[in-house]
Amino acid sequence: MSPTTRIPVVEKIFDANDQVAQQNRSLFDLHHTFAINVMASPGAGKTTFILKTLEGLSSKYRMAVIEGDTAPVTIDSDKVSAMGIPVVQINTGGDCHLDAVMLHAGLQSLPLQDVDIVLIENVGNLICPAAFKLGSHLNLLIASIPEGDDKPYKYPNMYRGLDVLVVNKMDLLPYVDFNMAYFQQGVEILNPGLRTFPVSAKTGEGMQAWYNWLDEVVQKHRQK
Amino acid sequence: MHELAVTESVLDIALRHAGQANASRVTDIYLVIGRFSSIVDDSVQFYWDMIAENTICQHATLHFKRVPSRMKCLVCEKEFEVQQSLDPCPYCGSFHLNIIGGEEFYVESIIVEK
Repeated sequence: MSPTTRIPVVEKIFDANDQVAQQNRSLFDLHHTFAINVMASPGAGKTTFILKTLEGLSSKYRMAVIEGDTAPVTIDSDKVSAMGIPVVQINTGGDCHLDAVMLHAGLQSLPLQDVDIVLIENVGNLICPAAFKLGSHLNLLIASIPEGDDKPYKYPNMYRGLDVLVVNKMDLLPYVDFNMAYFQQGVEILNPGLRTFPVSAKTGEGMQAWYNWLDEVVQKHRQK
Repeated sequence: MHELAVTESVLDIALRHAGQANASRVTDIYLVIGRFSSIVDDSVQFYWDMIAENTICQHATLHFKRVPSRMKCLVCEKEFEVQQSLDPCPYCGSFHLNIIGGEEFYVESIIVEK
């Protein structure tokens, strides 16, 4: 048998992704583009929320959207296009998340110098997107009332990495067994003081507070 | 979750370091995985057997070293090990905790034949 040697490695398995995420961040910063990673489970209302946010802020900011989907469908991106907003579709080829490399490729098709805010719609999933950094400035989760109040407890890694939380479909609260105090307690344990916006993207309830907050965050970021 | 992407990354790292050492074969790979990293060992092993085929890593044994989750209480500042991520501080009962260990996920070392 040949002699063996132990080679110390100590290299993080997500290093390759994290390095590209850092490049994405530099690219955003170079163009003064504020990037938001929008995560949620399937059906939480990501697209409706994004369309409403475009409506609310596109008179003040030049907006763009990146749509991540696991299947080659343009259902979401067509809706954004119809509003005259630049959109790039990334098909993950069955993968359960966007990663930094996919985003980097997608960014080549977006004129970042003409974009103030880019909303990146991640693949609907509460597990994998939490592990893959994209280089965004803000990690946003859209939780929704019909999903149930136990989600923070079941998907701790997702809630831990968030900068802001939206609780969507508040208009359904009277019809669903959703204990808001229990939900909020889980969030508080995992991410103390997390900024939370209860909204209904459908009715528009609560959206103004979100626009105001985002406006403030983007302004502050620009002054840096 | 995304064990295929993760396993590909392990292979890339192992091949690169083995190449730099002019190794002819990789026999063992030591991985360190924190308890909070939602990675399933069996699933990594399953993909590994497929993707390592026809590389110098073929038949290399994967060793998984699990690191316990450690928290620091933000209220009483004590450190302790937890089994579940939503357990309170065993000293003061507070839920305001910082993770100080258990999220590790890296290739610690590899064993190669020259």
